Amino acid sequence: MITKQERQRIQTEFQEKMDYDELLNCMRCGFCLPSCPTYIESGYDEAHSPRGRIALMKAVVDGDIEPDDDVKRSLDMCLGCRACEPVCPSGVNYGHLLEQARDIIYQNHDLSATTKAIRNIAFKGLFPNQGRMRTMTGLLGFYQRSGLQKAARLTGIMKILPDNLATMEKVLPEVPSLKQLKNRPDHLPSLVPQKKKAAFFSGCLMDSMFMSTNDATMKLLQYAGCEIVIPDSQACCGALHGHSGEKQQAKELAKRNIIAFEDTGADYIITNAGGCGAFLHDYDHLLKDDPAWAERGKDFAAKIKDISSVLVELGFDELPLQLPDQVVTYQDSCHLKNVQKTFLEPRQLLHAIDGVQYVEMNDADRCCGSAGIYNIVESEMSMQILDYKMKQVETTQAKTIATANPGCLLQMKLGIEREGLSDTIRAVHIVDLLLEAYEYTRQPVGS
Amino acid sequence: MLNDKVKHELISIVGADNVQDSRASLLVYSYDATPQFQSMPDAVVAPRNTDEVAEVLKLCNEHHIPVVPRGSGTNLSAGTTPVEGGIVLLFKHMQDIVEIDEENLTVTVQPGLITLDLINAVEARGLFYPPDPSSMKISTMGGNLNENSGGLRGLKYGVTRDYVMGLEVVLPNGDIIHTGGKLAKDVAGYDLTRLFVGSEGTLGVITEATMKLVPMPETKKTILALYEDIEAAAEAVSSIIAHRIIPTTLEFLDRPTLKVVEEYAQIGLPTDIEAVLLIEQDGPQEVVDHDIEKIAALCRDNQAIRVDVAKSELEADALRTARRTALSALARLKPTTILEDATVPRSKIAEMVRAINDIAREYKVDICTFGHAGDGNLHPTCLTDVRNKEEIHRVEQAFEAIFHQAVELGGTITGEHGVGAMKSPYLHLKLGDEGIAAMKGIKQAFDPNNIMNPGKMFAKSERKRVVVHT
Ligand SMILES: Cc1cc2nc3c(=O)[nH]c(=O)nc-3n(C[C@H](O)[C@H](O)[C@H](O)COP(=O)(O)OP(=O)(O)OC[C@H]3O[C@@H](n4cnc5c(N)ncnc54)[C@H](O)[C@@H]3O)c2cc1C
Ligand code: SF4
Ligand code: SF4
Repeated sequence: MITKQERQRIQTEFQEKMDYDELLNCMRCGFCLPSCPTYIESGYDEAHSPRGRIALMKAVVDGDIEPDDDVKRSLDMCLGCRACEPVCPSGVNYGHLLEQARDIIYQNHDLSATTKAIRNIAFKGLFPNQGRMRTMTGLLGFYQRSGLQKAARLTGIMKILPDNLATMEKVLPEVPSLKQLKNRPDHLPSLVPQKKKAAFFSGCLMDSMFMSTNDATMKLLQYAGCEIVIPDSQACCGALHGHSGEKQQAKELAKRNIIAFEDTGADYIITNAGGCGAFLHDYDHLLKDDPAWAERGKDFAAKIKDISSVLVELGFDELPLQLPDQVVTYQDSCHLKNVQKTFLEPRQLLHAIDGVQYVEMNDADRCCGSAGIYNIVESEMSMQILDYKMKQVETTQAKTIATANPGCLLQMKLGIEREGLSDTIRAVHIVDLLLEAYEYTRQPVGS
Repeated sequence: MLNDKVKHELISIVGADNVQDSRASLLVYSYDATPQFQSMPDAVVAPRNTDEVAEVLKLCNEHHIPVVPRGSGTNLSAGTTPVEGGIVLLFKHMQDIVEIDEENLTVTVQPGLITLDLINAVEARGLFYPPDPSSMKISTMGGNLNENSGGLRGLKYGVTRDYVMGLEVVLPNGDIIHTGGKLAKDVAGYDLTRLFVGSEGTLGVITEATMKLVPMPETKKTILALYEDIEAAAEAVSSIIAHRIIPTTLEFLDRPTLKVVEEYAQIGLPTDIEAVLLIEQDGPQEVVDHDIEKIAALCRDNQAIRVDVAKSELEADALRTARRTALSALARLKPTTILEDATVPRSKIAEMVRAINDIAREYKVDICTFGHAGDGNLHPTCLTDVRNKEEIHRVEQAFEAIFHQAVELGGTITGEHGVGAMKSPYLHLKLGDEGIAAMKGIKQAFDPNNIMNPGKMFAKSERKRVVVHT
């Protein structure tokens, strides 16, 4: 429950901080409604639509309603997938409005002890800290070691934690050993005549749980003609914080990253996680009111590129690539598509592989329901969205689902497991598939 | 606020999940796409079938509770703003295609069905449902019927009204009636079907509709004609029609509109000229080729500086999409966008465009104009800011002048957006007092307690736009 006092504080801060021009910019045309997964899955409830959420934010500013639990519920249910943005003819920047609103609510509302525990450990203890992240092995390990397990017993968290967590545990990739995790390169040469210099943003989840995908990404860059630098002092991108109402922390992380990458002299900063990429891409907005950082944020943001878009730019799709015959489909990463506007390139790369029959699934750009920690905190809606997604996958008869973001990858794996399809369908990160194709094409004859 | 007894009765009719009355849920049904109008309902009710609609209406009629039927709330005349409170009636459980009858070429639908879903479903069977409002991705058939919506293909194919064959309607007293049917000819009694089309939810609730389908046209072609002079473009429109060619689409965009549409859609529209006409013809190949050639020649005769024929369906579709997003793209320029749809006989287009420009200058307001020029249906769109009270006042004066001008030229105050609460103060311009009295008589006969969408269509007084906060 949000108390009366909290409601007043939140309302005042809404009035002080929300971007009223942007709220007014929404003309309520409703064009975004058909793109919003929560609107559709809630059975067409306007309170779970972008237009409804914007109207609620504006009404709080206008003093027409109080920011009560129902308002918070509406905002909590939002995936933050930003599918409402590219379809909005008025160009409303919904993502920024949501971030600001959530930040105000979470900074002023005393969360329940359990939610607080999860958030604290995740946001303050774990994600900002590469070192600590590296010592975590898997979500369950995290759960046990973080003290959460104890907290859980005390507060009865097990009752509210979704049953999908158990399934989740099954699909987690094999985590590399501590030693491997600590010995990360900080510089790699191009393996062909060099075309560009790239700095690699390794990402916390990617550089621990999905370390092999990071290695694959770097190999692809090397084959495509990039010298790579991997600044050791980089931090978490801050997306999870930013999207969950921990904006101040997100800003601190942004500054650390800007410092880490500023002097690398790289042509691009490469990411292989759509979620991180979009947030990095937004640093200019995040720091816009900080005169000392605004310009630096802009320069940083301008260099962010997803691996697939760099590979296409460097002509990787023109190299011979082959795989054993199979149907492949692609699940868009929401933020890669809706914020970074990268959606043609991954498809172009998949089309370039001989032996791959690419079949586009229906609604490939609809969120899979992973959405940061959404699949844990809003598991019911998340699973409903996932079930729809898996239906679309199954009609393509794909053997391989390619993804471009660790959250989506885990979610797709979860979907496969839930449907009992782990013997017939696999989910992979697109870079792993590309490396597989590159190496398969070049394997020694007869092997 | 509804009293507890009524609320419980509503719940017993539609189930607890389908009656909402939290502040947040009321707020999100307090508006539609019309700027400056907002007002809270007392409850939001989602019946699951016609019988439940009937029971809800009966209950509301007994207690004199206003009922505001609502599709997707995209209307532009404050037609679903609950200006007098009451319940908002949703059709989210009534979205099915009941039947596609390929022998009689009809489709029967529930009111909550999205227009585009209907179009896609019938096109999959090689059939054609022409009315295509720009909002078709989200507008519902209930909304289309009640606003008598038109679209880009309206010039040749007509509007929603021209496709309605039969309706199932629940009257305020709970009676369920059926009008028309799958018959090409039917003169048994008054034509109530037509009466309900465009009635804006003020007479009853449409719970099912049977719509006419036509065969898919064989082929189509799209051209774009560029003008350095708005009036030359308008004259080309008159000239094409006068030469007895009826294109499917004949759309007009002026320079400010072009610029924003291009910024938004990025399809290579020219932005350095004064106006373009987007013209489309469909039908058998030879007819299309012949008409397009002739249209292109007529455009050139009327001082077009360039005439481009879209080379592929992809290119043509990009042009159509661009036109569809015109209104919304304009919304990027200023915080508030007020869109009107004054309509004149098509022979008066040039005169009307000229008058709009003069009026904009006189009242010092920004007006961009685009619209269905072939139908004489223009969308003068004003870019302003609700917070600037002084400017808003001038905007209202300008629009009032535009309405007067349209009626003077033999036109009307609204071609397709409806009267709603927004234009009710101006209805007398078109109808006169006698016309309004006749319509009020009809309203009284169907809805003696005035529960159906009250505050719409007929103005209480000459009051202008209002913002209602409760
Ligand atoms: C960007 C934009 C572009 C548009 N383009 C066009 C266009 O090209 N052409 C055009 O004609 N209009 C256009 N419109 C206006 C609007 O989309 C149409 O009027 C549309 O038909 C409304 O559909 P809806 O489902 O949103 O209805 P709503 O707005 O929800 O309702 C419209 C009216 O219908 C009544 N109603 C709805 N369902 C029922 C029912 N079952 N029984 C009784 N009454 C009912 C409501 O009470 C209301 O009076 C546009 C609007 C926008 C925002
Ligand atoms: S599409 Fe944009 S302007 Fe239209 S309702 Fe959605 S957010 Fe508002
Ligand atoms: S971000 Fe996604 S879930 Fe949230 S309102 Fe936009 S489309 Fe809906």
